[in-house]
Amino acid sequence: MPVRVKKMRQDKKQQLLSVEGLSIGFATEEGPIRVVEDISFAVASGETLGLVGESGCGKSVTAQTLMRLLPSPPARIEAGRIVFEGTDLAQAGEARMRKIRGNELAMIFQEPMTSLNPTMTIGAQIGEALLLHRGLGAGQARPKVLEMLTQVGIGRPEKRFAQYPHELSGGLRQRVMIAMALICNPRLLIADEPTTALDVTIQAQILELMKALQRDSGIAILLITHDLGVVEEMCDHVVVMYAGRIAEAAPAATLFARPRHPYTAGLLAASPRNARRGATLTTIPGTVPPPGKRGQGCSFADRCARALERCRRDVPPLMDHDKVGSDRPNLASTIDSNNLARNLREKPVSAFSHPAPGDEHRVACWNPVP
Amino acid sequence: MVLYLARRLSASALILVGVTIVTFCLTFLIPADPVAMIAGRNSTPEMREQIRIQLGLDKPLVEQYVSYAQRLARGDFGTSYARKSEVGPLIASRLPATLLLMLGAIIAELLIGIPAGLYAASRRGETGDKVAMTLSFLTVSTPQFVLGLSLLYFFAYLLGWFPLSGYGSLSHLILPAVTLGLAGGGWYSRMMRSSMIEILRQDYIRTARAKGMSERRVMLVHALRNAILPVVAMIGLDVGIFMSGVVVVENVFGWPGIGQLMWQAIQSLDIPVIMGVTTVAALFIVAGNLLADLVAPLIDPRIRLR
Ligand SMILES: Nc1ncnc2c1ncn2[C@@H]1O[C@H](COP(=O)(O)OP(=O)(O)O)[C@@H](O)[C@H]1O
Ligand code: SF4
Ligand SMILES: [Mg+2]
Repeated sequence: MPVRVKKMRQDKKQQLLSVEGLSIGFATEEGPIRVVEDISFAVASGETLGLVGESGCGKSVTAQTLMRLLPSPPARIEAGRIVFEGTDLAQAGEARMRKIRGNELAMIFQEPMTSLNPTMTIGAQIGEALLLHRGLGAGQARPKVLEMLTQVGIGRPEKRFAQYPHELSGGLRQRVMIAMALICNPRLLIADEPTTALDVTIQAQILELMKALQRDSGIAILLITHDLGVVEEMCDHVVVMYAGRIAEAAPAATLFARPRHPYTAGLLAASPRNARRGATLTTIPGTVPPPGKRGQGCSFADRCARALERCRRDVPPLMDHDKVGSDRPNLASTIDSNNLARNLREKPVSAFSHPAPGDEHRVACWNPVP
Repeated sequence: MVLYLARRLSASALILVGVTIVTFCLTFLIPADPVAMIAGRNSTPEMREQIRIQLGLDKPLVEQYVSYAQRLARGDFGTSYARKSEVGPLIASRLPATLLLMLGAIIAELLIGIPAGLYAASRRGETGDKVAMTLSFLTVSTPQFVLGLSLLYFFAYLLGWFPLSGYGSLSHLILPAVTLGLAGGGWYSRMMRSSMIEILRQDYIRTARAKGMSERRVMLVHALRNAILPVVAMIGLDVGIFMSGVVVVENVFGWPGIGQLMWQAIQSLDIPVIMGVTTVAALFIVAGNLLADLVAPLIDPRIRLR
C-alpha cells in the first residue's frame, strides 16, 4: 500500500523528493550489514542536488533504493521514508513502483557501454517506456523517439533509430540513455555518475546537455558524482556522504565558500582555489572504512585532525550549527540507529528531521571547522 | 559476413575429408574379411583372389583411398555385402524417416528445455527450481533405451495413447521423438537456466527494470533473446548427439531410419553400409555445426563483426 504523507510544513520551494531517515542494509554471508545509515535530504522541483562521496560510500545503493531497483533480499530498507510526490516509495508495492519507474522517476547509470541491450535497436529501447506507460504502439512511438533523439543532440536520428548499441560510441550511448530516461517526461532524473566512464571532452558535452534539458523541461536532477568540479558546475545543493552517512549538506555556493565538516574542508583544501572538474575525492590520507567496520562514533575519526575524545564514542548528529537553539536539531539522527525503525513508527510525523535543503547548512560533526 | 561464411565452409570441407579418411580406415579395424563374406564358405582360393582384385584390395592403401574418395564424390557408396544392392539408394530411402525423427526430437527438446530453464531461473533457489533441476538431471542420466522402453510401456502399452511401434503418423512420431529429445531437453533446461541467471545480472536488465517493466516482460523481452543464444547455438551440435541416439531409439520403436539400417549392418558386418551411414552422419554433423554458426549472428548482431 502506498502511504500518503501529509504535508509536513510550508516549504519555500515545492519539494519533489524527500528522503527521511533512510537506512539500507544487506544480508550477506557474514551476516547483515548497514550500508546506508539514517540519511535525509530533499530535492525541490527543477533543481539539481549533488550527492558526492568517495567510491563505496553508498551513493549507488541510495540511488537504486530510491528507484527500488535493488533485489530484496539481500537489500532491505531498514528504516526511513522516501516521499516522492506524496507517496512513500519505501512502502510502495511493486505494481505502484512499476508505474512510477521510467515514468515520473527515471534513472541513468554509470556504465553506458553495458547499460543498453545489445540485441535490441536503439529506437526500440527508447520507445519501450512509451509503450509501457503511454500505451502507444511501436508506430506511434517512433516520431516521439526521433524527436527525443534530436533533443539529446543525436544527429541523423532516422539512422540511429535502427542501429544497435555496439555501433555507437560511449558518449552517444549515454545520450541514448538520457533519451530513454526522459522519453516520458519524468519529474526527477537520478543520474548515477553519468560521466565517470567517459573521457573529459565528452563529459563536458553530456553535462551541458543535461543542463540544457533541465532549462527546457524544468526536470529536477539528483546528480551522483565523486567529482567536486562537476558539483560546482551543476548543482544548486550538495549532500556530502561519508561511509554511509551524510557528513554535510548545504547550498552549493555555501559549501564551497565555507565547508564546515573536516572531511569536506579537507577535500576542498586539497585542490587549490576550490575544486575544478577532475578533482576527485581521494586526496585525504587514509581510506573509507567499509560497512561493518565503521566503529561506533564518527566514522571519519581515524582520518580527522580535529577529532575529540567524544568523536570515537558518539555519532555526531546532522544539524545546522549556525542555528543551534533557534531551530530544532536533527532528531532522527540522534536516535540510536537500532531503535530507529521502532521510533519511526511511534514518533509523530513532526519529529522527523526536516530534510529540506533550503538555505540550511547542516553538518554532522562534534567539532566543525569554524 | 561473406568472409565469415567462407571461413566456416572451408573448415567444414576439411573436416569432411578427415572423416572419409577415418571411415576408410574403419574397413581395416573391423574384424571381418569382406572377401570371405562375399565369396561365401565354399569358395576356392582362386575365386577369393578374383574378388579381391575386383574390390581393388590388392592395390596400395593410398590408391585404394583415392578411388574410394572418387566414388564417394560421385555419390557412389558401393554395394551392400548382405543385401547385394546399392548403398546410396538404400540410405536415401531410409533418410527421410531419420530426419523426421530428429526434427521431432529438436522440437521436443526445445519445448521441454527452454520453458523449464526459464521457470527454474525465475524461481532460483526455490523448490520449483530444485524440482526442475532434479528432473533435468534424471533425463540427462537415464540411458535412452531405458527411457524409450519406459515410455513405450506406460504410454503405449498401459495407457494405449500411442502405437507400440512403426512409422507413418504424428502419433507414431511422438514417443521416439521425446525419447531422443528428452536428454537434450534436460541439457537445455540447465543451459537456459544458467544463461538466464547470467543475463539477469547484466546492467541492461537493470535499465529495463528502471523503465518500469514487469519482471515477466524483462525476462521474456530483454533476457530471453540474449539467454537463448548459447542454447540455439547448440541445436546444430545436437544433430551429432542424435546420430548415436538414433541407433538405439529407432530400434526400440521400430522406426525405419538409418539408425535401424546401421544396427542391421553392424550385426552382419556389412562394411559398405556401415561406411556409407557413417559418412552421411558425418555430413549431417558438419552441416549442423555450420548451421549453428550461421544462426548465431542472426540472433546476436555483435557476432556479425567477427
Ligand atoms: N549486494 C550487496 N551486498 C553487500 N554489500 C553491498 C551490495 N551492494 C553494495 N554493497 C556495499 O555497499 C557499499 C556502497 O556501495 P555503492 O553504493 O555502490 O557505493 P558508491 O558510493 O561507490 O556508489 C559498498 O561498500 C558495497 O560493498
Ligand atoms: S565528529 Fe569529530 S572525528 Fe568526526 S569529523 Fe567531526 S571532529 Fe572529526
Ligand atoms: Mg556507485
